[in-house]
Amino acid sequence: MTSATTTTCPVAIRIQEDDFDIAREIAVLTKSRTDIGAVVSFSGICRADEDSSKIAALTLEHYPGMAEEEIKRHVDEAMSRWPLNGVTVIHRVGRFEPGQNIVLVVTASQHRRAAFEAAEFLMDYLKTSAPFWKKEESATGTGWVEAHARDDEAAARWTKS
Amino acid sequence: MKVKYFAWVRERVGKAEEFIEPPATVRTVEELIAWLSGRGEAYAYAFEKPKVIRTAIDHAHVKADAAIAGAREIAFFPPMTGG
Repeated sequence: MTSATTTTCPVAIRIQEDDFDIAREIAVLTKSRTDIGAVVSFSGICRADEDSSKIAALTLEHYPGMAEEEIKRHVDEAMSRWPLNGVTVIHRVGRFEPGQNIVLVVTASQHRRAAFEAAEFLMDYLKTSAPFWKKEESATGTGWVEAHARDDEAAARWTKS
Repeated sequence: MKVKYFAWVRERVGKAEEFIEPPATVRTVEELIAWLSGRGEAYAYAFEKPKVIRTAIDHAHVKADAAIAGAREIAFFPPMTGG
C-alpha cells in the first residue's frame, strides 16, 4: 500500500498558553505524506506599536468552548472550498510581549494556490469571528483593542454571492 | 439560563457569568439586552451602545432579533479582535 493515494485531511485546533514551534507543526502535518505538494504557514506576532502608540504587552482573552467550535466551523468550510490535505490552527491566550508568537495557521494541499487561499481565508475569519479579545498595555495605561473595519472587509470578500 | 460576559463587557458588568431568569415577555436578544440594562448602573454602562455588543447563543453567533427561547448559555461580548 502506498501513501501516495492518501487523501486524508488531519485537523488540529489548539488554544493554549504555551508557545508553538512552526517547524515542528509543519513536520507533524507532512510526516509520512507524499501527497502534499504545498504547505503555507502564517504566524501572527505581537508587535511593539499599534498606530502611533508603543505597546508594552498584549493580553489575549477567549471564550472557552466557543472559540474551538468557531475555528472548527471555519476549518470545515475551508475544507469544503479547497482540496486540503491538512490544517493546523493554534491560537495562544495569556499575556504576550512584542516579538512573541500569538497565532499559527498551517494549511497543506497538493498545490500552492489552495494552501495560500485557505490560510488567508482562515486568518480573515479568525480575526473577525473567533471569540478572542486583545487588551493592550502601553505607557498611558491599558485598553481593549477595537475591531477594525478593514478586518471585516477582508472577511467579507470570501462571502459567496 | 446562564449568561457569560467577555472582555470590556465583563469588566463593566463586574462579573464573568451568572444565572438569570428574565420574564416571559423577554423573547429576543435585543429585549434581553434592554432587560439587563434595567438591572443597575453597571449593566446600563455595559450595554449603553447595544448595537456594538455581539451575542452568541450556545456557542453560535446570533443577531439582535434572534429568539432566546431554549437557550442554555447566552454570551455577550465586544467585536472580536483575535488573530
